[in-house]
Order: sequence, then structure tokens, then C-alpha cells
Amino acid sequence: MIDVAKIRKDFPMYSKGGLYRGLPLTYLDNAATTFKPEAVLEAQDSYYRSFTANAHRGDYSLAHDVDVAYEGARKTVAAFLHADPDEVCFTSGDTMGLNEVAFGLEKFLKKGDEILLSEGEHASNVLPWFVLARRKGLVIRYIPLHDGRITVEGLRSVLSERTKVVSIARVGNVLGYVSDVRSLCALAHQYGALFVEDGAQSVAHLPSDVKDTDVDFLVFSGHKMCGPLGIGVLYGKRDLLERMDPLLYGGEMNARFYEDGSWTYSDVPLKFEAGTQNIAGALGLAAACRYLSELGLEQIAEHERTLRRLAVEKLRRLSNVVLYNEDGDTGIVTFNVKDVFAQDVASYLSSKGVFVRSGQHCAKLLPPLLSCQATVRASFYFYNDEADVDRLVDGCAHAEDFLDVFFA
Amino acid sequence: MSFSLDDPMILRGIIMDHYKNPRNFEEVKDPRYRTIHMDSASCIDDIYIHVLIEDGKVVDCKWHGSGCAISMASTSILSEQVPGLTVEEAEERIDNFNHMLMGEAYSKDELGEAICFLNVHREPARITCANIGWRGLRKALREDGKDGQG
Repeated sequence: MIDVAKIRKDFPMYSKGGLYRGLPLTYLDNAATTFKPEAVLEAQDSYYRSFTANAHRGDYSLAHDVDVAYEGARKTVAAFLHADPDEVCFTSGDTMGLNEVAFGLEKFLKKGDEILLSEGEHASNVLPWFVLARRKGLVIRYIPLHDGRITVEGLRSVLSERTKVVSIARVGNVLGYVSDVRSLCALAHQYGALFVEDGAQSVAHLPSDVKDTDVDFLVFSGHKMCGPLGIGVLYGKRDLLERMDPLLYGGEMNARFYEDGSWTYSDVPLKFEAGTQNIAGALGLAAACRYLSELGLEQIAEHERTLRRLAVEKLRRLSNVVLYNEDGDTGIVTFNVKDVFAQDVASYLSSKGVFVRSGQHCAKLLPPLLSCQATVRASFYFYNDEADVDRLVDGCAHAEDFLDVFFA
Repeated sequence: MSFSLDDPMILRGIIMDHYKNPRNFEEVKDPRYRTIHMDSASCIDDIYIHVLIEDGKVVDCKWHGSGCAISMASTSILSEQVPGLTVEEAEERIDNFNHMLMGEAYSKDELGEAICFLNVHREPARITCANIGWRGLRKALREDGKDGQG
């Protein structure tokens, strides 16, 4: 059991009596970003306050200490994923990671090759492939969803020897269904296709084990897992990282370059870390990994499921709420209030201190499948509690009064 | 027309009426109309404004699309107000409306039913909802300028 009252003491965002603008802070947009515990802020700060120097560039002791800390952070993150440290490249976030993968694979792809996505994918796992497809004459195909879920049968129905890459989110950011990445990846591999796991919505919420799932790539952002902004990870199997081209070129990623225009790469993972890296962010991310591991990913997942069950049960009792993922597996609850536009619902809830997301959640191919233009998304995390659920439900019960925001 | 600002029920009623029964709501294919599509990544509103401008005057304004109650009601009210205005007058109406949204000094007299948005500045995140149609109209008016009116 997670003791939320105790946990909240770790988070400065809850320090002002748990209030925001005088109302109980009910933050339910954790799929967008998460609060940071003191330990993460301290780890990040330590770089600026105690040992500022560039990494991999100096021969002095201070720089050496930075190298040790930075590479130590890499080891911590690698252990969190059950990966080898050499297979963990730091990025600016999930978006950069997916762009690194897509464009890194460009030289292996040719006209007519197929990329498989799902219609529930976030823009960051769609647009890089669109650009690549246009550039190389690739074909983008979509894995048909079964009741919103990506299934082995669905994948099998579109896989062929033309499939070169399957790129999907393990947890969709709109409906929050968990895909069985291990089975999907095994099937993709049978056809010789590479498997890319977008971990944006999963790494913070479920245990990740790249050795067990055998995915070829796993990308995610630090800020969605209690880590700092501007840091993320591209995990890739070593032989792929060695054969791929990096997206960015500059310092540290090259070993040598010559007047004739040739160059050689640094070894992975540095080959993918051009320019001075976000060292402070890496230290913060490692602290986030330690924090989540200490709580236990299984416990976090169970806590989210408990809150979602409670929210679904209570929202279902309201006659004015339409739920889109009652059977969801994670802390994401997606719904609408009848006759009230999603954004008006979110605005009304905001006036009650309940912060949720409204819109298409960057998954712009999905709305036709839900038969609605926009939805309201509440996403729970381990620092949310039952009182948060109740405030959400109370707000939804009265969302028809959304104009109160402007007149009360 | 003037409305009692003390009676929020009337002002709410105006918004709900225009939201539920939008005026001048139709898709126009007539090439004489300037069509502006208002959508953006940060907003789910997806609204098309069709404006017929002849001899420096707004002759007609139609619109269609979908969005939140605030954006739909506001665009509906706009579509009733601008026909008959010169381009300059329309620009002034837009400025005046925006002043109200921003919580700045504005003239109540010209606003008509648009006065119902007087408290939007309390929720700054919604200002872009309340003026989406008005921004669309401004674009349409200025597009006209590109053709040589400055």
C-alpha cells in the first residue's frame, strides 16, 4: 500500500498545505507531466551547486567527478530498464528519441517498405514516420484496434515480409490500455521487423524490462516519471545503435574527422550524444529511477488501478458521464460529460481545483474511433488519493454549470 | 440593445442560446467569400469563417465547425454583428471586443450581446476561445488588404 499522505511530503508541489489558489490541489494530468520529489530536485541541483564541469572533456579532477556522476546516472537508468549502460543514450525526451530511431533507420529502408503504427499513437510516434515515408516512399499502415486495444491478432493481420518497423506505445496516452509488448515484439521479429516501444506512458507506471520483452528500441521522457524536463532516454540494442546513423552531429559523438570530409564515430552510446549533454537532467532522472524503484513499480501500478476503479465506479453512477475506457488498465480515465464540450468541462473542473486535460491529447487519428471530437482525460499517479477521485467526480456531477466559471 | 450586467442569468442565457442554436451556421462554397480556417495544435476548436467583403464593406458572414461553448457562441454573435460594417468599423469592433476580453477599458455600447463574455478575463486560458471567430474575421479582413488596400 502506498501511503499518499507520507509520499506528498516528498513533493514541494504539495508543500503549501496541499493547496493551489486556495483550493485542494487535485492534479490529474499526470499523463502530460508529473510532479518532482525533493530527491530529484536535489540531484539535479547538485550538478549546478557542487560539481559543474563538462563531461568527457576535461582532465582535471572536477571534470572527472562529473564523468563519474554522469556515467553513474546512465548505469542507474540502465538498471531500471534491465539494459546495458552502453545501450542507454540520453536524449532531450521521448520526441527526440523517436526522431533518432526513425531517421537513424533511414538508410536501411527503401521504397515500398512498410511501417506499422496504430491510430492511437501520439504525434511524436507518427510524424517522424510520415516524414520518412514521404522522403523514402515508405508505406504507413495501421494495426487495427480491437475495442481500442492493440492485439497480437490485429498486428498479425497487417504484418508481412514488407514490414520493416513496428512502432507503438506500450500504454496509449488517450485510453491507457497496456499492450502486450513481449508477444507483439516476438511476432514482429518472426517477420524480421524491428520493434520500437514508445514508453512515454509506461515507463513511469509499469516495470520495464528490455531483456524480457526483447524490444529493439525503447524511448521515453524523464519528466513524465518524476524526473526533470529536457532529459529522456533512447534505449537501443547495441548492434543496431552501432549500425544506425545519429540524428545530431557535433562534439563528443565523433572520434576523428578529416579535411577530406570523412569522420569516424565515437562508440555507442556517445555516438548519439552530440554536444554538451543535459548532465543535471541525467542526474535528476537517475534520482527519479531510484525514487520509483524504492516505491516499487508494481505498487505504483496497483495504486493507479485502485484509483481508476474507484473513479470509474463513481463516474458510472453519474447519468451525465460517458466513459470511453471503463476497462482500462492504468491510471488514465477518459470521458465526456453529455452536452458539455470537453474543454468546458476541463475549465469548470479547473475552477474547482481539479486539473485535467481536454482535447485530442495529440492522438489526432483516434477521434473517429471514439465517435467524438474531443475527450476529457484524468490521469492518476501514486501521489493521488481517493479525495482526488471524489473531487473529480463531484466536479463532473455539476459540469453542466460550466458557465459558473464566468459568472459566479 | 443593452443588457443588465447585473443579471448573470441573462448573460448565461445568451451564451447557451447561441451555443445551442448557432446563427449563420452554414458552409459556404461561393468563391466570392473569403474563408478562414481557425484551428491550432493547442486548441480543439475547428472553425471556418466565411466572409463576403464588397466595396470595403462586410456584406455577409457565415461560419461552421465545432468547438467549445465559448468559441461557438462568440462566433455566432460575431456573425450577426458584422454584416453592414465597413472593414475599418469591423476592425474597431474586434479591437473593442478584445479590450473587454483582456480586462481593459472598452466601450459597452457597440458590444450588443457580445457583452456576455465580459468575465472571460477571469479565466485567461479561455480568451483564445472567446475570440477565435473574431481573430478569423480579422484575418479575412486583412487578407483583403493583401490584394492592395493596405
